[in-house]
Amino acid sequence: MKSATDGILVLLVLTDLMLLGTSRIAALIRLAGLQGIVLGCLGLFVQADDLTLRGVLLAAGSTAIKAGVIPWLLARAMREAGASREPEPFVGYALSLLLGMALLGGSVWIGSRLSVPGPGAGSPVVPAAFFSMGAGLLLIVSRRTALSQVVGYLVLENGVYTFGVSMAREERILVELGVLLDLLVAVFVMGIAVFHIRREFDHIEVDRLSTLRDTGP
Amino acid sequence: MSLFLAALAVLLLGGLGALAASRSPRAANLLGALGAVLGCAFGGTVALRVLAGEDLPALRAPWRVPYASFHLEVDALSAFFLLPIFGLSALAAVYATGYLRPFGGRRSLGPPWFFTNLLVAGMALVVVARNAILFLVAWEVMSLAAFFLVAWEDEREEVREAGWTYLVATHLGTAFLLALFVLLGREGGSFEFEAFRAGAQPGALFLLALVGFGTKAGFVPLHVWLPEAHPAAPSHASALLSGVMIKTGLYGLVRTVTFLGTPPAWWGWVLVGVGATSGILGVLFAIAQHDLKRLLAYHSVENVGIIALGLGLGSLGWTYGAPWLAAFGLAGALLHVLNHALFKGLLFLGAGSVLHATETREIDRLGGLGKRMPATGVAFLVGAAAITGLPPLNGFVSEFLIFLGALRGGTSSVAGVAVPGLAAIGSLALIGGLAAACFAKAFGVVFLGEPRSGEAARARESGPAMVVPMALLAAACAAIGLFPGLALRIVEPAVREVLPGPDAGWRPAAAAILDRAALAGGGFLVLAAALALLRRALLRRRPVGETVTWDCGYVRPSARMQYSSSSFAQPLTELFGILLRTRKRIVAPRGPFPAGASVATETPDPFRERLYGPAFAAIARGAAALRWIQIGRVHVYVLYVALSLLVLLAWKLG
Repeated sequence: MKSATDGILVLLVLTDLMLLGTSRIAALIRLAGLQGIVLGCLGLFVQADDLTLRGVLLAAGSTAIKAGVIPWLLARAMREAGASREPEPFVGYALSLLLGMALLGGSVWIGSRLSVPGPGAGSPVVPAAFFSMGAGLLLIVSRRTALSQVVGYLVLENGVYTFGVSMAREERILVELGVLLDLLVAVFVMGIAVFHIRREFDHIEVDRLSTLRDTGP
Repeated sequence: MSLFLAALAVLLLGGLGALAASRSPRAANLLGALGAVLGCAFGGTVALRVLAGEDLPALRAPWRVPYASFHLEVDALSAFFLLPIFGLSALAAVYATGYLRPFGGRRSLGPPWFFTNLLVAGMALVVVARNAILFLVAWEVMSLAAFFLVAWEDEREEVREAGWTYLVATHLGTAFLLALFVLLGREGGSFEFEAFRAGAQPGALFLLALVGFGTKAGFVPLHVWLPEAHPAAPSHASALLSGVMIKTGLYGLVRTVTFLGTPPAWWGWVLVGVGATSGILGVLFAIAQHDLKRLLAYHSVENVGIIALGLGLGSLGWTYGAPWLAAFGLAGALLHVLNHALFKGLLFLGAGSVLHATETREIDRLGGLGKRMPATGVAFLVGAAAITGLPPLNGFVSEFLIFLGALRGGTSSVAGVAVPGLAAIGSLALIGGLAAACFAKAFGVVFLGEPRSGEAARARESGPAMVVPMALLAAACAAIGLFPGLALRIVEPAVREVLPGPDAGWRPAAAAILDRAALAGGGFLVLAAALALLRRALLRRRPVGETVTWDCGYVRPSARMQYSSSSFAQPLTELFGILLRTRKRIVAPRGPFPAGASVATETPDPFRERLYGPAFAAIARGAAALRWIQIGRVHVYVLYVALSLLVLLAWKLG
């Protein structure tokens, strides 16, 4: 099953890279949904040796949320906000991809240095997880619309999930529930933020919030 | 122990009830005061039972906070500090029902009651906590409750300023305490007090405790928050802050020394030095003040200095194995804690009563209040005589104990004891004299003579809710002064708790001397009463004319002819001008028919102006230079977070 897990991790990395290079928000959301499915499969394959009904249900539930509910919510928010493209990101798509490659290199380095206990040691899980987190952070930092940033949070959380699902086999349920909860809260908060931004300021570009900052003496 | 917990619960319930009922001033007053008085009665019972020799089992309950446990214990030292905490708080709460009433129409009374009760509960928890985390939590609850009391009248600029100063000072102090407890905990392997031991660097721990607890106690030069914050609070809270809250700092210092074992000689020298400095500078700055409550606040610095002198002598006696010196110093210091709570509480309540009646704290706008507010005047006089250490009042008892210790030390053949002993004698004498001058000014200008303003002329005596607590405090001052043996019995268990080794029988010796002094003082009182009666008998059936106090032979005397607070203090402020740096603005009379002339003096705190002002301004400039980091874009903040995490990770791995 190791090759299957590796393949899934490669898929994860590829979706991350695609996310970094996409300008259309609808595509971002679709990719995030795809990543959710990929992670659901990862959850199944990791525990393939002793598959339990409970594990299957949990994987199915997390997939439903990651690939179903959240993308649907995001798509709705996108329609309501009427924003289909990322207008002008702080960091261009080509540069984002280059940075993404650098992040991938950094993640591999981290993976080689970080000593993880358990069966995950030496596997590509650590680099993939760290790269996913890095890509999510990069999306948050470099994109202008709140929706892209929500996707960024999602990708970040997916990275955390990847790490957790393959590292902590015994307490996986704990990790998983924690991650799901985080995710739900993040989306909830950001969703509220998106609607508020739309209602109050009539646009969803987060950077305009900077007019609220404390300008000081 | 359950009675103590009940006391805390009742205090908190009363506070919460007042908060819930804050729409009705009457209900808030009732619930808050009821909670405070009942809680203090419960807690006071516990303290008295322990001081009477009962052994209360400690309470240990687990607490989910890491390293923490809910470990409470009332030993004699705790009980001795609980006594003034609960005693003064109960009286201050009764007083507050009268004092806060006029505010009822303008602002909600729920918050001041809530924070008053929280402050009392916090202080009580501080002195019984036996776990460092619990102690720090209680410490912070107490400090923050005090902050909200200080900043209560927040519509006034100077009150906000005072609150801010206090908040900064208390947290800087807490930072030192945090370091202290972390180091102690590392040495002992646990954050329980019983596990604490000195380790390799007891000196560093002592200095951390001195700065951390000294900030709360108000040692010079850490006192700057005190003359700002105490006057700003409502008067019942000023009494609590000055009377008991600053004493928790002294408690902490004493408690820490008990962890550290036999103190080296230099601790005693440092304490004597700090005490002498705080005492002398505190009273000097008090003399130069024109604000009644600010003057009293500086006197707290002075009295904390006296207590530090006693602690220093006690520490020296401990070091050099001189049990009587140790016992006299420590007993004097501890008893002065109790005494200061009584008379400083009384004086602040008296000042509050003046403020309540005249709505001003400016000494130069008062005068002649002795005739208009006789009860407040007498109570204030008793407090003033007590704080200056005159027999037969309580201030004399504790200062005399410290004197006894200092005399023992001063006549020692060891230079390390003799020099601080002599220094303590000299500074105590100077402090006593200056304090007498200061209270001659405060009492004379405020209560004697003629009113200097319309507010003072229209002043009325405060109601019984305010007068009765003052009368009780004055009676307590007199009781300790007249029956010093009783006070020594109360303080003895606490001294035994701190000092190791066998009891050297210091108490009967001290009681014998003090009883004689009290007898002489009592005789003096009887003589004075007899003379007064004689005077009345002689004057009976003779016409007695009354006139204004100051008339200087003029036809139309004016209240402005009286000594003002500046002019009364002028000889002393001139003498110590180099320390005080009083600023004068004089418009001198000109020509044969001068139209106008004026003089105004102002004595700002030099430590605030020259030390902390520039230091904090430099910090603010440095912080402003970093303002570009705050760019206002969420993206960039996330970038900061991500970058710092990455750097940390790379640093850890690389």
